[in-house]
Amino acid sequence: MPVQKIEREESIIPRKTGYAPGEGAEKGLITLPGEAEREVEDLGGATYLTTRLESVVNWARGNSLWPLPFGTACCAIEFMSMVSSHYDISRFGAEAVRFSPRQADLMIVAGTIVDKLAPVLKKIYDQMPEPKYVIAMGACATSGGFYRAYHVVQGIDEIIPVDIWVPGCPPTPDGLMYAILKLRDKIQRGEIRRG
Amino acid sequence: MSTLTKLSAIPYTGPAPTNRTPYVPADAAVMDARGQEIAAKIAQPGITQESGQDLPTFLVETDRIVAVLQALHDHADLRFTMPLDLFGADYPNRPRESGGRFDVLYQLYSLQNNERVRLKVRVAENESVPTSVGVFQGYDWYEREVFDMYGIQFAGHPNLRRILTHENFQGHPLRKDYDPAQRWLLTDGGITKIMPKIAPQFQHLVADSDFELVTLNLGPSHPAMHGTLRVVVSLDGETIVGAEQEIGYLHRCFEKMSETHTYQQVIPFTDRLNYCSAVINNVGYCMAVEKMLGIAAPSRADHVRLMLSEFYRIADHIVCIGTNLVDLGALTNFWYLFQPREEIIALAESCSGARLLPSYLRIGGLAVDVPGDFLANAQKIVNMLPKYVDEVEALVMKNRIFRDRVEGVGVLSQADAINFGFTGPCLRATGVPFDVRKASPYLGYETYDWDVPIADGGDTYARFLVRFEEMRQSLRILQQAIDRGLPPGPVMVDNPYVALPPKAKVYNEMESLIYHFKLIMHGIQPPVGETYFQVEGGNGEVGFYLVSDGTKNPYRVRARPPCFPIFEAYGKMITGQTIPDAIATLGSLNIIAGELDH
Repeated sequence: MPVQKIEREESIIPRKTGYAPGEGAEKGLITLPGEAEREVEDLGGATYLTTRLESVVNWARGNSLWPLPFGTACCAIEFMSMVSSHYDISRFGAEAVRFSPRQADLMIVAGTIVDKLAPVLKKIYDQMPEPKYVIAMGACATSGGFYRAYHVVQGIDEIIPVDIWVPGCPPTPDGLMYAILKLRDKIQRGEIRRG
Repeated sequence: MSTLTKLSAIPYTGPAPTNRTPYVPADAAVMDARGQEIAAKIAQPGITQESGQDLPTFLVETDRIVAVLQALHDHADLRFTMPLDLFGADYPNRPRESGGRFDVLYQLYSLQNNERVRLKVRVAENESVPTSVGVFQGYDWYEREVFDMYGIQFAGHPNLRRILTHENFQGHPLRKDYDPAQRWLLTDGGITKIMPKIAPQFQHLVADSDFELVTLNLGPSHPAMHGTLRVVVSLDGETIVGAEQEIGYLHRCFEKMSETHTYQQVIPFTDRLNYCSAVINNVGYCMAVEKMLGIAAPSRADHVRLMLSEFYRIADHIVCIGTNLVDLGALTNFWYLFQPREEIIALAESCSGARLLPSYLRIGGLAVDVPGDFLANAQKIVNMLPKYVDEVEALVMKNRIFRDRVEGVGVLSQADAINFGFTGPCLRATGVPFDVRKASPYLGYETYDWDVPIADGGDTYARFLVRFEEMRQSLRILQQAIDRGLPPGPVMVDNPYVALPPKAKVYNEMESLIYHFKLIMHGIQPPVGETYFQVEGGNGEVGFYLVSDGTKNPYRVRARPPCFPIFEAYGKMITGQTIPDAIATLGSLNIIAGELDH
């Protein structure tokens, strides 16, 4: 079904419906991360797909990220927008928001980190089990933003490693979703090896 | 302890106040006359009136300040019972003979007479001011903030330690000789332990050696603490017997940053104070500068400002109610309410191009005109919102489980709320009908037909009631604003010293090109003086105190944060209750860390 734009009476946001099918879907191909597209093999009535264990594990990890929102400021409000009904991150399997670092594998640092909060951020990051990923959401987490000031960390990579940086002040929910998809691709390609 | 490299953006190099034209407020004569009446009434020695200000202003001798505050508080004709603000200002070139380099400013409000007064105390380095916590308990944190920012000691203060910056911080950042980018690192080892004081009514537990009190730390990383708040509680079983809040986890130096940027450049910083209702902060700041410049935005711009303020007020309440209910375990409302909020954000996006923090206002008007379908879209949102408000209210307010969790929880008496300096919905939930939009109307709020909702009890339930009703009242204002239509005309003042000339003119006219260059290079230069302007934000009175020295950078910008006294009182509200009550209470206060910590 082609993408269509729908105007609704009661709402001022134009909606879109339908999806743009990928090339592989039409041909009946299955893509596993890190490998070329391949056809499903039919061996004596049963269907098999041969691949490497690491590819399957990375495929699962990338599709079920459990975010820990380290939300401090304005970006946290946009994070809430992304989780809530209109944008709905559960479409990409990352809606299981956990506030306990021990139950999460993706830390989204949403907002300004100041020097007083820096030891807390480090501690929370240390408490997360491997494998763990970090998204620096917004200008403040990326570089301190326009707060070149006496109490603001000039980018969280002073403290913890970062996988994806999202520009914007604050980034739009679409922007953050794009970052999560980019991270998924990165994980599935096997580019992140830590721990 | 190590310091990081210096990366000053624009260090303060400006001159001391110049001999440019002084600022004369429009109502200076009225205020001077009123000031003389007040001085005669309290009849205190050691006060001198400062004339030509926008509020009745007195210079008070340092050791007389507590007596003067007490007199203003107690006098039956005055009743300045509400401490609105306390802050400092630094004039390093002022000699010790004329009082010393620092000003400590007190601003009080009288609910009885609907008037304000400003007191100033001059103090030199290494001198101290007597503490006024005995008169206004809300001044506890304000004095700590002045100590943190300026190093002014308050003699007799019960707990004078740093509040916004961390323990390893050296120096006092708002002093003019402090480099804006000089950072100090904090590591795990530097963090001091906080032990809450046991409330007087539970002191007997300390003596009883059979029981041991448990100390529990909540936050700053805790789902109910919204990322940046921290409270340490002492528990006897499940009962909280003492609590101490710690803030500063989002202190991003708004006031210092304002001093290093031009007047126009401060606007995006004000967005990020209360980021849930950004436009209202813009309105407050822009109108404060406009007041100083003696200009007024065109009526079309004012109309859009009012409409966006009300839309953002609704969005602010939606975030507050939605997240508070999430903290209570009701996730549905959050998902449901964020849908209309998304429409409000889309409206702001259609005007300015930005979603959450539009920075849409300019000093003297708006950045650009609104799109042609602005009113039609606004009408659509006003049509759809009542359904959402009604349904969520019906879903929770008659819900037995919900009411059991919020009724009688987090109570603060009316007297305490006033004494702390509460404003906004939290004050109105204790039965005080104070709303800046009614008390000192701006943007033409006096011409609209609407009511100030109040509730009794001062508990979490009352705060919910007030917020739900305020959304309805905002919708009433919005419907009237839509019916009146947008006034025709420009959205920026026609003043080349404030507004950039249109691009077409810049390219074709020599004079416009010069004005453009002058404004970009030298900025807006208000007359020398000080002013205060207040608006009603999502959480209460958002006020901006400005000092201009005639240069392009503000000499001092003080934003009055409505959350500050509210979170200060939080410890008192939860003492004697349980942890789940504390969680329910915190959400209903709508503490926004951006403005709490500046």
